[in-house]
Amino acid sequence: MLDQAPAPDDIRDLVTPLVGLEGPLLPMLHAIQAEWGHVPQAAVPVLADLLNLGVAEVHGVVSFYHDFRKEPAGRHMLKICRAEACQSVGGNAMAQRMLDRLGVDWHGTTRDGAVTVEPVYCLGMCACGPAVMLDDRVIGRVDEARMERLMTQVGA
Amino acid sequence: MKIWVPMDSAAKALGADEVADAIAAQVGPDVRIIRNGSRGMVWLEPLVEIDRGDGRVAYGPVTPDDVAALLDGTLESLGRVEDIPFFARQTRLTFARCGVIDPLDLDDYAAHGGLVGLRRAIGMTGADIVQEVTDSGLRGRGGAGFPTGIKWKTVHDAPADQKYIVCNADEGDSGTFADRMIMEGDPFTLIEGMAIAGLAVGATRGYVYLRSEYPDAIAVMNAAVRIARQRGVLGADVLGSGRAFDMEIRVGAGAYVCGEETSLLNSLEGKRGVVRAKPPLPALEGFFGKPTVVNNVISLATVPVILEKGAQHYADFGLGRSRGTVTLQIAGNVRRGGLFETAFGVSLGEVVNDIGGGTLSGRPVKAVQVGGPLGAYMPVSKFDTPMGYEEFDKNGGLIGHAGLVVFDDTADMLQMARFAMEFCAVESCGKCTPCRIGAVRGVETIDRIAAGDAAAADLLTDLCEVMKDGSLCALGGFTPFPVMSALTQFPDDFATAKEAAE
Repeated sequence: MLDQAPAPDDIRDLVTPLVGLEGPLLPMLHAIQAEWGHVPQAAVPVLADLLNLGVAEVHGVVSFYHDFRKEPAGRHMLKICRAEACQSVGGNAMAQRMLDRLGVDWHGTTRDGAVTVEPVYCLGMCACGPAVMLDDRVIGRVDEARMERLMTQVGA
Repeated sequence: MKIWVPMDSAAKALGADEVADAIAAQVGPDVRIIRNGSRGMVWLEPLVEIDRGDGRVAYGPVTPDDVAALLDGTLESLGRVEDIPFFARQTRLTFARCGVIDPLDLDDYAAHGGLVGLRRAIGMTGADIVQEVTDSGLRGRGGAGFPTGIKWKTVHDAPADQKYIVCNADEGDSGTFADRMIMEGDPFTLIEGMAIAGLAVGATRGYVYLRSEYPDAIAVMNAAVRIARQRGVLGADVLGSGRAFDMEIRVGAGAYVCGEETSLLNSLEGKRGVVRAKPPLPALEGFFGKPTVVNNVISLATVPVILEKGAQHYADFGLGRSRGTVTLQIAGNVRRGGLFETAFGVSLGEVVNDIGGGTLSGRPVKAVQVGGPLGAYMPVSKFDTPMGYEEFDKNGGLIGHAGLVVFDDTADMLQMARFAMEFCAVESCGKCTPCRIGAVRGVETIDRIAAGDAAAADLLTDLCEVMKDGSLCALGGFTPFPVMSALTQFPDDFATAKEAAE
């Protein structure tokens, strides 16, 4: 994952193979975010041009979805479930303890850039909450011991 | 010897990968390790099964430290999987293969009844397939409960050069995981169901709109579609029928509202996921304006068994106008949580207390939210309500996607009502005013109640009426269910703060 903003040509090269899809914009945005960790501002005019859309229209799509980031996240992404099933087994208190440990609020990134914390509304772990997702790995029944292991993994 | 270790993401979230690694490191080449789906007994995950020649014996929850004892036979077993009471009591139709087979082994799938339904459908006319689904009584399992056969008939009868099958796999409701489980544990069932739908209505292309929060399900479904294409289940010539059907997996981007069918279609088209006004119905003007079947994962995954065993077999289960089986997801603060498939008609109390074993904390049950974040909080006094669409409606609730979240007596229902409004405010698409503005005002009004403003409760009731009547879709329209059920069924939680302030 590169931190610097990509050149418009690199963005165009990445997404051009997807032009033939029916409704290609979301797959393109996912591809861009998978490559550069966020959807840089530079991507918006490129996508607008490729798909014959207005710049405002593309911006509107990017900004509508929670997943697409304007700037890169920390090295790890920690998503903590805030939904009802996790709340019923102490999810709120567990979430607060993790935020306190990391010294950030929701959507925040630790000062060393190690981890960004985002809320998520349901990971489908509703019979084994509280649940979190660290990068692409889901962890269920997060108790003190599992939380400690998590914190070690993200270097906190 | 065969050993099964689930690759279901709930099992993995509880350490199944580590257990599988530990087993692989300690056994010889004569032992086959199969990564299956989950049997749905989440409180026993990771649930390992071993067949030493006398059936599949279950062990769980297994930790990596247990593996040596597991392999030398000294670890205490749970007996044969089929004999575990939670499993033995179920009627598994949709989930018959889930946890039994290797999810990505098409031959294993076919050996367990897979593709029988599709082969039968190939020999039928589209109208006959639609009639079969109509006769089964299958209703939309996503929550709305609309008869699937009627929806298909509308698309079947609509003239168009291109039609689509869109599977709604944006399972965002808290307390639900049946879609995830079947996609991870028996993905070919969904593919087969979509192919049958395609043959029925004359659609040659399909999409699964799968939420980004399910990376494991995305990987399994993508792999399954590739295999199905290689083996001729999908493509220009479905199982040699001369008829075409192919499909793609599309990934959502974290918007809850995209579980609503019209905003899902907008999202699939590459637009903001805002709700469309109905009419026109998606069945007539759906994906890119073409006639489109939009069905939930469980609805489509149930179609193969209906075609395999016949409409009557399916319709023989159930209660009243709720035919067939309901895939209950027992979740939250509950002792035995998991997936429980049974005929409609079982009572809420039986599910929570008898099947689920009451709360995990051991404290008394206070409320059960049925049907996700837009479902009502059912108090214990309504525990005799049978699981059925009309039966729940009569008792001020909805079964939705049949997820149940159990809360013990420490739950603060004012806070839960506030959360429902807050969630609606975060996830509103912004298209209609009652939802966009109403949810924000709802949070503020509940805060006023909490601060002791006695008049605010009437205001909240009024606001909920407006949201219910004036919202374009179920997000704004159904948020009043959890809010008003909390306010009316648990008035003490709204009164304490008030009295304290006085």
